Amino acid sequence: MTRTTIDLWVGFFVALGLAALLFLALKVGNLAAASNGETYLLEAKFDNIGGLKVRAPVKSAGVVVGRVAEIRFDPQEYQAVVKMQIDTRYHFPRDTFITINTSGLLGEQYIGFDAGGDSEMLAAGDVVKKTQSAVVLEKLISQFMFNKASEDTGSKAQ
Amino acid sequence: MISRILQGLGNSVTKRIFRLGFAARFFVAIFMQSGTAFRRLHLTLREVYFTGVLSLIIILVSGLFVGMVLGLQGYDTLQRYGSTEALGILVALSLVRELGPVVAALLFASRAGSAITAEIGLMKATEQLSAMEMMAVNPIARVVAPRFWGGVVSMPLLAALFSAMGVLGGYLVGVQLIGVDEGSFWSQMQSSVDFQKDILNGVIKSFVFGIVISWVAVFEGYDADPTAEGVSRATTRTVVTSSLAILAADFILTAFMFTGA
Repeated sequence: MTRTTIDLWVGFFVALGLAALLFLALKVGNLAAASNGETYLLEAKFDNIGGLKVRAPVKSAGVVVGRVAEIRFDPQEYQAVVKMQIDTRYHFPRDTFITINTSGLLGEQYIGFDAGGDSEMLAAGDVVKKTQSAVVLEKLISQFMFNKASEDTGSKAQ
Repeated sequence: MISRILQGLGNSVTKRIFRLGFAARFFVAIFMQSGTAFRRLHLTLREVYFTGVLSLIIILVSGLFVGMVLGLQGYDTLQRYGSTEALGILVALSLVRELGPVVAALLFASRAGSAITAEIGLMKATEQLSAMEMMAVNPIARVVAPRFWGGVVSMPLLAALFSAMGVLGGYLVGVQLIGVDEGSFWSQMQSSVDFQKDILNGVIKSFVFGIVISWVAVFEGYDADPTAEGVSRATTRTVVTSSLAILAADFILTAFMFTGA
């Protein structure tokens, strides 16, 4: 085999390998989606964030409007502080209610925005106070059991 | 009797340690003598052709089949939990993180590594290497280094091709054959495969495997007994040693890359 034919085949092989890598990066991975335009930061404080993770989606009406950028613990107020990157195309009223939801019964946790009616909008760096913590399944169950038990004792007393 | 057993044991241990030291010295020598492999690039390109291009068929076909099997097996398990949309995640993550680099490296070790060992070993047996030295041509620079770098270049590209073909195979079986929803197959995959954490780590893995396989292959060839039997034994040793080294290196790399968060 002559040198030029080998060069041609090697060039073809390297191009094919790089194309495979590009396919993995763009179609399989989320490289294209990761760099989606400009964002602004919002902060929210929660009593309990459950299993929320960094890079979890922020959704409003089911549409992804941002991502969780950072989660840290505030040692003064004993609360979790969640920083979110929100797409600059979307703005939310000042009285927006922020909840931590779960997709499906055992699925991933995400942040939900329920827009309020205020005419003033949240600006970059604002801290949202109106939040609802993640639902902890054990607490719900124990609450249910407790109610059930107190109902039973109540009916016996009558 | 006992002293003879101990003698034999000690002898084999010291021999192995001598060989390990020689292998390490050889590894450094390859790097020191690599100038020629890059100045006369056609030497290295020829090796990329023999190790990379000629391995394409086995890598592409195995990748496709591994992906298709993952699609079938993954669907069978996931449907019990009613989460067949997660098939894309399962196929992509297992290929990109583990199966792509490791299986491609095992195939590469038996397809290309053994060929490199046999070629260099036969060159030694027919005294071509000594002839080169007589002509003041350094055999490490002229023969060993191009083969080493050819393998190091080919391995990550082959692993990427293996993973890409595997994902396509999983898509063919999962979406086209079984009928998982196409949109959720791709979107769930894209939302949970991270470029840096998953894909880049897979590429780093395959790069390390390429170095390990090429090193073992050229060393076993260079160190082979210059007889027909010696070359055949060296070829076997290449496949066994590099396969074990790949699996061990994979465990160490995984422990570093995917711990906890």
